[in-house]
Amino acid sequence: MSHSVIRAVNLTKKYDDFVAVDGISFEVARGESFGLLGPNGAGKSTTMKMIASVSTRTSGELTVLDLDPNVDGPAIRSQLGVVPQEDNLDGELRVRENLLTYGRFFGLSRAEAGKRADELLEFAQLSDRANSKVEPLSGGMKRRLTIARSLMNDPQMLLLDEPTTGLDPQARHILWDRLFRLKEQGTTLVLTTHYMDEAEQLSDRIVVVDKGQIMAEGSPAELIRTYSTREVLEVRYGSDKNVSVAALIADVGERQEVLPDRILIYSDNGEQDLAEITRRGHHPTTSLVRRSSLEDVFLRLTGRSLVE
Amino acid sequence: MSAVTAPKRRFGGMYGGNARAIIERGFKATMTNNYLIILSGFFEPVFYLFSMGVGLGGIIGTIDLNGTEISYGAYIAPALLAVSAMNGAIYDSTWNVFFKLNFAKLYQTMLLTSLGPLDVAIGEITLALLRGGIYAVGFLTVMSIMGLALSPLAIFAIPVVILIAAGFASVGMAFTSYMKTFQQMDWLPLVMLPMFLFSATFYPISIYPEPIQVLVQCFPLWHGVELVRMFTTGVFTAAAWGHLAYFVVMLGTGVIVVARRLRSLFLR
Repeated sequence: MSHSVIRAVNLTKKYDDFVAVDGISFEVARGESFGLLGPNGAGKSTTMKMIASVSTRTSGELTVLDLDPNVDGPAIRSQLGVVPQEDNLDGELRVRENLLTYGRFFGLSRAEAGKRADELLEFAQLSDRANSKVEPLSGGMKRRLTIARSLMNDPQMLLLDEPTTGLDPQARHILWDRLFRLKEQGTTLVLTTHYMDEAEQLSDRIVVVDKGQIMAEGSPAELIRTYSTREVLEVRYGSDKNVSVAALIADVGERQEVLPDRILIYSDNGEQDLAEITRRGHHPTTSLVRRSSLEDVFLRLTGRSLVE
Repeated sequence: MSAVTAPKRRFGGMYGGNARAIIERGFKATMTNNYLIILSGFFEPVFYLFSMGVGLGGIIGTIDLNGTEISYGAYIAPALLAVSAMNGAIYDSTWNVFFKLNFAKLYQTMLLTSLGPLDVAIGEITLALLRGGIYAVGFLTVMSIMGLALSPLAIFAIPVVILIAAGFASVGMAFTSYMKTFQQMDWLPLVMLPMFLFSATFYPISIYPEPIQVLVQCFPLWHGVELVRMFTTGVFTAAAWGHLAYFVVMLGTGVIVVARRLRSLFLR
């Protein structure tokens, strides 16, 4: 058995004329936490579906756990946990039954499935809701139940498609904590996200995808180091003035991005640049110095922001 | 290592060999929610039997079946038995499947596990035919109590009726797999109602002109009615083999179409 659990070479997926994934190549090592970062429509979900062997590739090579997803779907999926973008929980069943039934789909015995369901209800902090219906659960609870469900078969690898989209900050942090524990236990995590903080929290390594292609690859810190500066100064002058002021301060910092609502100045010392701008008499309405994030990396690579 | 053993490769990843888990889920869902609703479908043919068989039958008297005189009630009862099997199978394989397919997204969930599209097809069709089978057994009991099961061979109508239910269930699910909207689902009664009324259910099709007879014979219910009637009356003809073959082909075609459709819907 090779050390990589996923190996994609020139992986391509076309729907009629539309190219969703355009010849991407990457490998994921066992135990690694791997993130696909990109805006909506970048081809992240399609890539995930091909890995989960619920979508057949148009061309290129793909092996998952040393098997070919096009013909070994059931065998591959028996070792995967999949958390889809939308919680498709079974509304006709109760919370615990959702887990039991899912375990039975994998061929677990009733006793095993029952034991596992109770452990995972505990893990997902849902033990007290075991016999409740699914519908009244909050968004965060449903998400946790979906993740618990994906762990019923004790998977070697967990695929998470936008795991915290649509959740409030508190629910996201609970979820990240649970995922982090799994990572510590050695489960391979593959996640897609368009949230840079999520990618930073959970991924050892990230590929940035846009329009079905890989734009860059590395750890979050490496990507920031390579594609951005240490700090970013954000200044706002009001939407009608940003462009004209930007031209006057173009020489400040290493690089500048003008967004509709603000100007981003990339530099190693944001405070110093802010002082320089102010010295020239361009007092911004608001200003902020922050560290570079993956959002800046993405902006640099594609000229567009992640969340549009 | 995972707790789950990987299933062998069967039919190129189409089958995980665990359709029974889907049947189990169906039972559990029914028990949790709507086991009383299931009874509703059983009564429809029973009401027809009382109204037409007992009420109208009193005026009509007897009817000639291939040279044997039988009561009108005994003539329509087997037809209604076939109808009850059809109803059960069709309710489950059309509206229930439509909901699971387009709203509950249940099949997508199933296909995230080691199940394949063929497991889903077999499991769901089996559930539908079981419902048809339950209706049929109940109806046959009512028939027997009313003295309308004329032959001891009537008991063998049960496996036959299950085959009929399987045929309807598989084709019903195949039909539903193409349906996207409620409006499209409205085509269903437009096929089901005339089939129910005109398939030698209440009178022999010999009263129709030749071309209409041929048309009726194209539809599955006529074959089901004729076949079941042979078993409950004990008046057999060689046509039985043709009727049986019709349902075997219907079932096989339905299963293949459903598995393919599920593959193209969810594994594209």
